Amino acid sequence: MAERKVSVEAEVGLHARPAATFVQTAAKAPFDVSIAKAGGRPVSAKSILSVLALDVRQGEAIVISADGEGAEELLDRLAEIASTV
Amino acid sequence: MDRRDTGSGPAPDEITESPEAQELIPRLLTGTGVSPGAGYGPARLVVGDVPEPAAGSRHDGDAPAERDRAERALDEVAADLEERGARAGGDAEDVLVAQAMMARDPELAASVGLLIDQGVAAPRAIFEAFGKYRDLLAAAGGYLGERVADLDDIRDRVIAVLTGLPIPGIPLDAAEPYVLVARDLAPADTALLPKDLVAAFVTEQGGPTSHTAILARSMGVPAVVGCAGATAVEPGTPVLVDGATGRVRLSPSEDEVADALRAEEARRAVLSAAAGPGATADGHAVPLLANIGGPRDLEAALAAGAEGVGLYRTEFLFLDRDTAPTPEEQEEAYRAVFEAFPHGRVVVRTLDAGADKPLPFLPPPGEEPNPALGERGIRMFRRHPDIMTAQLGALARAVTGATANVEIMAPMVATAQEAAWFAEACRTAGLDSAGIMIEVPSAAIRAADLIEVVDFFSIGTNDLTQYALAADRQVSGVAGLQDPWHPAVLDLIRTAASAASAAGKGCGVCGEAAADPVLACVLVGMGVSSLSMAAPALPWVRAALAAHTLEQCRTAAAAARSSVTPGDAVEAARAELPGLHQLGL
Repeated sequence: MAERKVSVEAEVGLHARPAATFVQTAAKAPFDVSIAKAGGRPVSAKSILSVLALDVRQGEAIVISADGEGAEELLDRLAEIASTV
Repeated sequence: MDRRDTGSGPAPDEITESPEAQELIPRLLTGTGVSPGAGYGPARLVVGDVPEPAAGSRHDGDAPAERDRAERALDEVAADLEERGARAGGDAEDVLVAQAMMARDPELAASVGLLIDQGVAAPRAIFEAFGKYRDLLAAAGGYLGERVADLDDIRDRVIAVLTGLPIPGIPLDAAEPYVLVARDLAPADTALLPKDLVAAFVTEQGGPTSHTAILARSMGVPAVVGCAGATAVEPGTPVLVDGATGRVRLSPSEDEVADALRAEEARRAVLSAAAGPGATADGHAVPLLANIGGPRDLEAALAAGAEGVGLYRTEFLFLDRDTAPTPEEQEEAYRAVFEAFPHGRVVVRTLDAGADKPLPFLPPPGEEPNPALGERGIRMFRRHPDIMTAQLGALARAVTGATANVEIMAPMVATAQEAAWFAEACRTAGLDSAGIMIEVPSAAIRAADLIEVVDFFSIGTNDLTQYALAADRQVSGVAGLQDPWHPAVLDLIRTAASAASAAGKGCGVCGEAAADPVLACVLVGMGVSSLSMAAPALPWVRAALAAHTLEQCRTAAAAARSSVTPGDAVEAARAELPGLHQLGL
């Protein structure tokens, strides 16, 4: 199981366009990808509704995890999207 | 107008109906007729209210088939949103693509599937599955709270697909022309509306100058606005609309429909008999021009015998896009219009934008509690002179080599200083005929000062009425005041026309008033020198003018101006215009 902990930097938080890009990227993976607020319950990173409902604001930390071939690369990309201002 | 049988009580022929039938929906609704003609077709409702599927509704046990139905409905809605997004572009595309992602959400689909496996019918399963996320977003408030409306919209679309209800939004395809019934229509709603699909418009709100009314007249489609009870009409009900009297008949008999359509044909025949340049019966020339939004309106203008363009609304080039049109793009659009009228007049109105018509590439003018009184028209130009310079430059290049008589005018001018500033800018750009719209009462009252610094006037009666009577065009509650027949408005028009004529200059009218054949005669009688209107109104106005002498028009104008109320003004003018009767007006 690969895991990353990153801080969300976009001004709008993980909402609107950053959230859409994040979910679109996760949805391409053939394996499960999850996202949680630090210490919170993980939800599917492929679900825009679940991601929005987490209500991640600018400066908050998220934990993303996945297991499968190419999981490391995918998490790197997702971490980059989340940490893009 | 005959109001005897348009009251709220049932007409005599309806009294025999069962009490139940009467309770449901009356057979006759009445509103304000704003675009003449008869239209007949099934009602298509654009109301956006999809009822909640009943709690506890179950499917018949075939869970896989029901799941498949739900998945296909979600997919259909997502694909439709994506397609609309691609067509709209810009910020609208982002919103629609995000909505499509919600419709394709795998967790949502899983919740729906789970509910269906428990026996819940697909529409109810959709409602409940969306409800879970709806509650989460609503509880978060702020940005997420605002997404609740997006979510509800998707949910309603999916439920509509599943239950065979009309999908919220204007239908763009249909087997036969329909009567479009709505609360009211916004310009964005109707941007993609094909002309041959709508037999008539009926809206519950809005007045004679609402967007629906203007759109209907420009399309030549009958319309009734301010029609109470319209959105309660059952979808699919056959509806017969009389756009002159404002009567909307539900499920009419075959005879009623045949009579109405026959009368319509007869009126059109009288109209087509009138041809050639606009003139009164005694030969006083009144050029009849068309209002257009761009080259795509030219065909209708030429077909209706327009002698030129009296109002070219250039803002349509600028709306619904992220960046300003390039100088080349502008030049091309302007040249296409100039070339359509090689020997006619083309009056171009510079960009008319403001808080009510915001442009994405201009910073918003800031919070305006009343956009009608805010930074719009020439006021916006003064803040963004680069946009004006680019537009005037493109116009000047398009004029080069054109044989049309091109005139440029600015909207929303209130003072002589603004008029002088604009005229100077036109001359600097190399455009030699610069005029202004008369829409603000101050400009009409001091018309003698303003005409000194410009080459012509064009009266925009919609805004002039709105400002003279302090009655917002968008507020249906004050629609009664929004009447260009009001003697106060007639006085302002007279003042402007007299000032122009004393200076040896022209004063046209390009508002909706020019499209009213009776008022058109009155305007000519007050000294208005040309009339510009939506193309379908041209034959009516041409016929009305040809049926009367200039002297009759003057007498009618004097009679209207000596009245106290708009209603009396119409009646007084009509009494002096005997030729209207044969036109069925």
